[in-house]
Amino acid sequence: MDIFLQQLVNGLVLGSIYALVALGYTMVYGILELINFAHGEVVMIGAMVALSVIGALMGAAPDLPGVMVVLAGILVAIPACMALAFGIEKIAYRPLRRAPRLAPLITAIGVSIILQNLAMLIWGRQYISFPPLLPRASFEFFGAHITLLQIVIVALALTIMAGLWLLVEKTRLGRAMRATAQSREVAQLMGVNVDRVISATFIIGAAIAAIAGVMVSAYYGLAHYYMGFMLGLKAFSAAVLGGIGNLFGAMLGGLLLGVIEALGAGYIGDLTGGFLGSHYQDVFAFFVLIGVLVFRPSGLLGERVANRA
Amino acid sequence: MTLLSVENITKRFGGLAALEEVSLSVQAGEIYGLIGPNGAGKTTLFNCMTGLYTATSGVVRLEDVEVQALKPHQIVKRGFARTFQNIRLFANMSALENVMVGRHARTHASVIGAVLRCRKTRAEEAGIRERAQELLRYVGLANKSRSLASHLSYGDQRRLEIARALATEPRLLALDEPVAGMNPNERGRMGELFRKLREGGVTLLLIEHDVKLVMGLCDRVAVLDYGRKIAEGRAEEVRNDPAVIAAYLGGEA
Repeated sequence: MDIFLQQLVNGLVLGSIYALVALGYTMVYGILELINFAHGEVVMIGAMVALSVIGALMGAAPDLPGVMVVLAGILVAIPACMALAFGIEKIAYRPLRRAPRLAPLITAIGVSIILQNLAMLIWGRQYISFPPLLPRASFEFFGAHITLLQIVIVALALTIMAGLWLLVEKTRLGRAMRATAQSREVAQLMGVNVDRVISATFIIGAAIAAIAGVMVSAYYGLAHYYMGFMLGLKAFSAAVLGGIGNLFGAMLGGLLLGVIEALGAGYIGDLTGGFLGSHYQDVFAFFVLIGVLVFRPSGLLGERVANRA
Repeated sequence: MTLLSVENITKRFGGLAALEEVSLSVQAGEIYGLIGPNGAGKTTLFNCMTGLYTATSGVVRLEDVEVQALKPHQIVKRGFARTFQNIRLFANMSALENVMVGRHARTHASVIGAVLRCRKTRAEEAGIRERAQELLRYVGLANKSRSLASHLSYGDQRRLEIARALATEPRLLALDEPVAGMNPNERGRMGELFRKLREGGVTLLLIEHDVKLVMGLCDRVAVLDYGRKIAEGRAEEVRNDPAVIAAYLGGEA
């Protein structure tokens, strides 16, 4: 029982990070029907920038409390990622707005490779460790072990999701985003500057990605130029699982995927008589993706694609 | 005063000329009808005027401003709105929200204002909602504001499209077959709505097949056939024009 609860907790933490990243995929897909494969790299850049700032601050002001240092890292990473995403959209995707759908998709993969290599040149190939700045407090909860960091990650993720929902449902920009998602042409004729809305979508997704990047590197204690690839794939799987283009779908898909993965990792050894170990946990994400694509191509909360447009 | 002038608009799709040297001018305050057989180029002309298509050559002026250099959202801001022949509402939004999107052209709130919940932003949002309610009342949909656009009846959807276009505060409203598929009763009520709009100071440009409605409603009419304007003038003059009769009934003009 305590293994179950422990893995459930771990899964929820991981899942809330997946959900944040998945939101970026799903928002862009909702508006442009583009799978922005570079989004995982934006997460990675967010982690890297934050770690650089954290490293510099620790050298320059060793007396600063750890939490403040990490916060400063996040506050620099967010605008850095926003600017990056703005540039990616403007340079790589906007010129292809009217091109066949395959062209921006290939471009997205290209951008992703470029960003990985740039990060490798800037930050090197080695793993960068996240310095032990955050309080290590933890609690027992019915036999499960919960750290303060885990609680903060989940709480922050839920807050961001709620904020995003409010933005999309209740504000003028959100209305313009939904209108643009349904019909770019008609939205323009209502006075919506579609280019600006698309930029805003990328920028908002990137801000969330930056936070997710810091979360994931703080959680695992590591960052690496290649970390965005697997994280991006899983978040994309989560978005598809929930129904790509649907915000709640991304949230639900992310949390579900995290839990499935954690439970899978916890029990796979028992289930296969020790044949497969917990390092196979990554496999689950893709089993889930395949399963969803076979049985429910539109995702759990997805609409049929024919209903959009 | 000339509100809209179209001068020698040509639009080619590959080798096919959908519009050939079409010119017309709409006076402020009038109801101007654009008629013609299917495929005559009426909707293409609308698309060229509202910025969805780029004309191959020619000029469209709204008052003194050439609009073809502008983006669609800029044209809307200058007071030119339109509806679509095949209704194009935001199907997943409520009727009220559809109209609220139309207020986008006349409002300014930024994300930052919304995040900080500043007073100006909240007041603007309340104003958007209130104006949208008013417009729904105006077109007769006051009690449908919460319905999803896709759940409305056909006639109500047409009305909603008009309310949404009105939300942009147009001086010129272009309606693409606004009564298509309506029964005579609904058509009559739409005709009343158009007169009410004109009295409210909106100039109307109307694509329509229903000759009776056009003749009863429009001050002036232009007739397109195979991408060319074959007649223009007061409704009764146009009706008796041999070229128009030939275009509608077939045969040699």
